[in-house]
Amino acid sequence: MWSEPIATRAPNRREFLKTALSAGLVVGFWMPATLRRALAQASAPAPVPPNAFVRIAPDNRVTILLKHSEMGQGVWTSLPMVLAEELDCDWSLVSAEHAPAAPAYAHTAFGMQMTGGSTSTWESFEQLRKAGATARALLIQAATQRWHVAPADCRTERGFVVAGARRASYGELAEAAAKLPAPSEVTLKDAREFVLIGKPTRRLDGKAKVSGAAEYGIDVQRPGLHVALIARAPMFGAKLVSFDASKARAVPGVVDVVQVPSGVAVVAKHFWAAKQGRDALALDWAPGGGAPLSTPALREQYRKLARTPGAVAKNVGDVAAALRGARVIEAEYEVPYLAHAPMEPLNCTVEIGKDGCDIYTGTQFQTMDQGIAAKILELSPEKVRIHTCFLGGGFGRRANPQSDFVAEAVHVAKATGRTVKVIWTREDDIRGGYYRPMWLSRLRAALGRDGKPVAWAHTLVGQSILAGTPFGASMIKDGIDGTSIEGAADAPYLAAIPNVRVELHSPASPVPVLWWRSVGHSHTAFVVQSFLDELAHAAKQDPLAYRLALLPAEARERRALELAAAKFGWGKPLPKGHAAGLAVHASFGSHVAQIAEVSVEGKTIRVHRVVCAVDCGPVVNPLTVEAQMQSGIAFGLGAALHSEITFKDGRVEQGNFHNYQVLRLPEMPQVEVHIVPSTDKMGGCGEPGTPPIAPAVANAVFAATGKRLRRLPLRLA
Amino acid sequence: MQFEVNGKRYDVDAPADMPLLWVLRDLIGLTGTKFGCGMAQCGACTVHLDGAAIRACVTPAAAASGKRITTIEGLSADATHAVQRAWLECDVVQCGYCQSGQIMAAAALLARQPKPSDADIDAALAGNLCRCGTYQRIRAAVHRAAELLAAAPTAEVEHVV
Repeated sequence: MWSEPIATRAPNRREFLKTALSAGLVVGFWMPATLRRALAQASAPAPVPPNAFVRIAPDNRVTILLKHSEMGQGVWTSLPMVLAEELDCDWSLVSAEHAPAAPAYAHTAFGMQMTGGSTSTWESFEQLRKAGATARALLIQAATQRWHVAPADCRTERGFVVAGARRASYGELAEAAAKLPAPSEVTLKDAREFVLIGKPTRRLDGKAKVSGAAEYGIDVQRPGLHVALIARAPMFGAKLVSFDASKARAVPGVVDVVQVPSGVAVVAKHFWAAKQGRDALALDWAPGGGAPLSTPALREQYRKLARTPGAVAKNVGDVAAALRGARVIEAEYEVPYLAHAPMEPLNCTVEIGKDGCDIYTGTQFQTMDQGIAAKILELSPEKVRIHTCFLGGGFGRRANPQSDFVAEAVHVAKATGRTVKVIWTREDDIRGGYYRPMWLSRLRAALGRDGKPVAWAHTLVGQSILAGTPFGASMIKDGIDGTSIEGAADAPYLAAIPNVRVELHSPASPVPVLWWRSVGHSHTAFVVQSFLDELAHAAKQDPLAYRLALLPAEARERRALELAAAKFGWGKPLPKGHAAGLAVHASFGSHVAQIAEVSVEGKTIRVHRVVCAVDCGPVVNPLTVEAQMQSGIAFGLGAALHSEITFKDGRVEQGNFHNYQVLRLPEMPQVEVHIVPSTDKMGGCGEPGTPPIAPAVANAVFAATGKRLRRLPLRLA
Repeated sequence: MQFEVNGKRYDVDAPADMPLLWVLRDLIGLTGTKFGCGMAQCGACTVHLDGAAIRACVTPAAAASGKRITTIEGLSADATHAVQRAWLECDVVQCGYCQSGQIMAAAALLARQPKPSDADIDAALAGNLCRCGTYQRIRAAVHRAAELLAAAPTAEVEHVV
């Protein structure tokens, strides 16, 4: 797919359908709703697409359509593996492409087309197996008709149907198979028969991505394409009073300057002219109401709030009584606002034509984007065609309930009548909001005589991600946004504690916030796993033994922790100056333990080695699991050591990678990933590697120095 | 202004201060070289200028004109450069956006230091960010590329020296 020039890519759906329908060369094809309706009117009963996920070409090439977006997490490989397993095709002939936005591609759990929550593999596992098995059954049926044999006489063999001495390739049979009705029931393989699932498999997008051929949204070319940059508010909530574009318009290459809801767009023949044009704008912004944002002021506000009653997320026993007169350990933890900073800056290309609108972008949220664009353009959603490109990283930023980067590009295209690609600069991205919220946690625990906690009180203060979004109404219950307290109110250790109270404050703020890889777990794991370490220390117990004593016998965290400890050699002597810290945390259905080996040189924290054990249930591609654990650790470690968004006089203080620092190669520890053999429920892998690393490192720093660091990024005073 | 990119000559109408990155991407149409920061902080735009790894986002067009430029598209005809082969073998890429820059930086390193140590790799690639955290596999792949080059020091090197 990536080797095709873009000019042939855009209309390929329609052309593909034309080819497919005329030649019948497709097993299980997808039809746009318009065509489906047209066909339904022409002939009854309405043809139902038997299979939206696979096409087989006469040359035996198998193309698997992905409803999920490839953003690095490996769905481009692991999801085709699942389908190909049941199809029994030749893996070397398999390729993938992103599906269009259509109801057939809705998430089976969330009901809309989207990629997030580390759900892609488990949510589509059965669906894709059935799709593969259905296509295989149709190919066999086509062979039985051709050869006049019974299905029982046929078997498949890596892309061929075989009956005795007869043999036909899937490509030969595809045309006939496409005309057959799909069976209502198919038999799936027993897991013991798997030949692809569970086998380390290299990426299908590797070659495109090492040769510069992979097409990201920012690379899209269309006829007459112009590039736009937008001057957005320098402070959240600020309003544009007036602007003077005369100097901007004088920049050679600038063709339009238009006001859009998010700011002022400068449209030019290429990026450089748009950038220079934007720099030349004279803009007058009026700050929004309220005091200018300031991080120290926010911290004080949050600290005060943490000492007042909040919405009750969990209440067991009588915490207040249990804390009275007991030996109480108390601590406050804080994490900053964080930008996602994907390597590919946000961008979106919009082409409005007579027959609707084509949107080319890397997105995690096709259904929302389609709906919001349709509303702006006053079109029906199926008239908005979303062409998902490779995402140069997502981490949640490209899954925005407001579809901010898509909506504003649609506004620019609508206002100018041009085909435009809106590109964000890195500064636009770092200062553009939709951050992981800043959080403050206040914890108190009372220890019993055996050192175990008898009371646990936790108050969290931070903005709700879901408030004000279309998801808020159904997903915020009794004032509790579940993403705020995940990993805190449901921590498995709490089951062993007789008195537990978890409260939440969700202060409003003009700062737009969003899910950032691992969402609430990105702060709750740090807090819970650090505080448990404090309690172990206060109880003079080993941090590993202390956790194991608190974890329920059936907790899957236990298996991960024990495996990591065994592989690390927990308790064995380390090189001089090195110390170890551990953390274990469950998120998105997976259970991850990490042990970090660190040294502290002056004020510099060096992480030398991380041993990671993961129980994610059955594994599709072990290479992907390993990569995602390494990835989650690198992402979380960069935040643990460096990253923060802060405010001064209402403005974001950071702007680019020199002052919004992330992990660089020399700081990457040697990561060993061990997978717990598991037949338990399948979990996700994109996010669960991130939460444990910050507390594992903080706990190791404590072991090395005796200093307990309770604020991220970790800084030794 | 004239540019020699991947052995081909291009005559384009570029302002003298336009960064080479946008000459390549927007005027010549070679999009394998990526925009990440615009201030030489992330390395996504790394290309070779007369064999040396440079950041195209801060290199003015005038400074690159007349010199030999190699981009990821010109490193090999079909992803067969030792560094690309090693990258595939080690299954390095994730989102892939930074990898053009990583590969160009690694190729330049190997051209001047055929058997780099971990410290050499750290120093040469510290300026190339990867938000997916493929660093560990990058390190392994650079060592693997060094092995491949030692085993068959072929025409591949010509592109980068």
